[in-house]
Amino acid sequence: MDSALALHRFHFAFTVTYHYLFPQLTMGLALLIVILKGLHLRTGDAHYNDSARFWARIFAINFAMGVVTGIPMEFQFGTNWSRFSKAAGGVIGQTLAMEGVYSFFLESTFLGLFIYGEKILGRTGHFAAACCVFVGSWMSGFFIIATDAWMQHPVGYKLGPQGEILLDSWTALIFNPWTFWQYLHNMIGSVVTAAFVMSSIGALYLLQRKHEEHGRIFVRVGVLAGLVACVLMLFPTGDGQGQNIARYQPATLAAMEGHFETNPAGQGAGVVLLGQPDVEKGKLDNPLIIPEALSFITYKRWNAQVKGLKEFPPDQRPDNIPLLYYSFHIMVGLGTLFIAAMSWATLSLVRGRLYTSKPLLWLLFLLAPFPYIANTAGWMTAEIGRQPWLIYGLMRTSEGASMRVSAGNTMFTLLGFMGMYALLSVLFLFMIWREVEHGPESATPAPDALPQPVPVIGD
Amino acid sequence: MDTNTLQILWFCLVAVMLTFYVILDGFDIGAGIVSLLIGRDQSRRALVLKSIGPFWDGNEVWLLAGGGCLYFAFPTLYASSFQGFYLPLMMVLWLLMLRGISIEFRNHIVSDLWRPLWDKVFGVASALLAIFYGAALGNVVRGVPLDGQAEFFLPLWTNWQPGSDPGILDWYTVLVGLLAFATLTMHGALWVKLKTEGSLANDSRALARLTAALVLLLTGAVTAASFSLQPQIVRSFTAQPAGLIFPALAVAGLGIVFLRQGDVTQFLGSCVFILGMMTSAAFGLFPYVLPSSTQSGLGLTIQNTAAANYGLSVGLWWWIPGMLLAGSYTWFLYRRFAGKVQLNSGH
Repeated sequence: MDSALALHRFHFAFTVTYHYLFPQLTMGLALLIVILKGLHLRTGDAHYNDSARFWARIFAINFAMGVVTGIPMEFQFGTNWSRFSKAAGGVIGQTLAMEGVYSFFLESTFLGLFIYGEKILGRTGHFAAACCVFVGSWMSGFFIIATDAWMQHPVGYKLGPQGEILLDSWTALIFNPWTFWQYLHNMIGSVVTAAFVMSSIGALYLLQRKHEEHGRIFVRVGVLAGLVACVLMLFPTGDGQGQNIARYQPATLAAMEGHFETNPAGQGAGVVLLGQPDVEKGKLDNPLIIPEALSFITYKRWNAQVKGLKEFPPDQRPDNIPLLYYSFHIMVGLGTLFIAAMSWATLSLVRGRLYTSKPLLWLLFLLAPFPYIANTAGWMTAEIGRQPWLIYGLMRTSEGASMRVSAGNTMFTLLGFMGMYALLSVLFLFMIWREVEHGPESATPAPDALPQPVPVIGD
Repeated sequence: MDTNTLQILWFCLVAVMLTFYVILDGFDIGAGIVSLLIGRDQSRRALVLKSIGPFWDGNEVWLLAGGGCLYFAFPTLYASSFQGFYLPLMMVLWLLMLRGISIEFRNHIVSDLWRPLWDKVFGVASALLAIFYGAALGNVVRGVPLDGQAEFFLPLWTNWQPGSDPGILDWYTVLVGLLAFATLTMHGALWVKLKTEGSLANDSRALARLTAALVLLLTGAVTAASFSLQPQIVRSFTAQPAGLIFPALAVAGLGIVFLRQGDVTQFLGSCVFILGMMTSAAFGLFPYVLPSSTQSGLGLTIQNTAAANYGLSVGLWWWIPGMLLAGSYTWFLYRRFAGKVQLNSGH
């Protein structure tokens, strides 16, 4: 049974990690496209509109990938986590169904109108369609975060006679205190990805000396949005999320910080910058520590006590402490570097030197993959941090899998997904490369991609 | 509302959402089969694709929204059936993926190799999806070997017999699969006829006529087989003869397809036929939602799979405004892109 459970876990982890490569771009990009369309409306400069169209094409490819890789997520709650769904479906089914009813209809309708309908909608109508796509995708993010937040910090439920988990308060489910910071942290994280990708393509064009007018727009919008988003990731959203973990999941906090021993009274706990956790011996090798900082970050007092991992019984500790620790440190480390890079770029932008500064343009160009790594590491921190629980404190991960689906069948479909996603990756990169090569100018999509809109008589 | 009313209401709402899914995504799946069968050259296949262009993605949302409502309203049914139908559902996912990317990626590159490849993938994936969906519905009607914990797991096939140890595929479910294939081909052909002109519309009309005859034959066979395999259907219709309205709808819908000529009328007739077939199956099984193939007492009903009252009633508060909104977007989209499609000049 062990190996079937491990395969179910890896099955979900693999498919959800791959899936989230796409929404993290589209959610942020939806906001940036609204900004570009808004700038076009205000200034009348056609370059902004070309830029919006170019990014809408990138958006459409990513959106299609997000849709086809997203459908398996909803299915897997039932196929691979049947016992979890049976116990908790009455609660988390609410938020997942609301996502379908409120976000997906909105997104799919207005994306079609946004991509195909610029001529019939007019300038303002097209801007409105972009806004609807943005609202739909950010609502979708909310319902998913609300679902995950309930698994991280279950609220608004009661236990039924057979131990089933019953919804007790819908408002508590929607206004879960965990949701607020996690939602903002996640959504701004997607703005980071979109902004970095935008400035990266802009920097590429400037380095290649082509599409330079658009390249400058991409770099300018990307760098400014990127700086604001990076700072918001650290404070207040990252800090708020850390407070939630300290309050509701103290064992997770200790594990992700590599904090094995409770600090003695009167002496603050330090923040580990570098070091390798040795879980067997319960210590950190080669530590580089800022003294007392962990106490301050967590409790805003320099000498506050932070419970060490050893205070928690082994069956309450996350089951993969090194991976959790590294995920967290990679996220924070990259986030810090992002702030530095974007501050430098902004400074240079303000001084009017950015568009010609080769080192900075190269840096912006090469940074594009790293927000993907940081966002993935952030989600790994959240999900590995929740272990050994599937629903924190209520249901263990080992109790939630589909027991009737054998390891062999799970392996079969896992390999199927791996093959399918390998194929999708090649196609995706090829499509994106072509769009980038083609560039934002003379933006006419292939002729028969466009359905013929017919004016509605009597409207 | 009392428990019983709420459970029946949610059963109806979920059934209606999934029926809408079959009707709406059904025409674009059917269009895929049409493209495979009579899309002789690239421009014809492009027209077929264009006729579903702005709609197919929204149509697929009905599956996710209906599935989501099934999940929260009947969590035990969702958990049980998704585990039990593990293998075919995963294959449905792969087919949905291939179909989605073939529609989205085809038009990005103008090439005589690229486009026919994706057209073929689109057509084959659509055809297989139709058969899989039909077989899935066949499994639900036939029943599955549930244990006392509402769990089961079905292999893809065993001995091809719908006995007590069935597989996903047996002669009965394959028969239902073929009916679904014929139905969606007819449905898709009527859609393409509605949205296009000239030779493609004429060929679609001929294809629709041919498949409608096939649908008539297969519907007769499937109905006879269902009545003999699933005793609950007989019980339901004898206990409440008013339920015969549902099969009557199906007959009326198919009659319209045969006897009338108008593009819209015929397509609506096909919609009514699907509505009638789906509701007949739901009514025939009620109160079961997943019968047992071994002992009827182990079958899943709306009562033993539904979520608690509070969740069901609070769900109505967001479902009603949400679906009004969704319905209005859908209406707006279909109105905006009404009328026949044409290839733009310059192709």
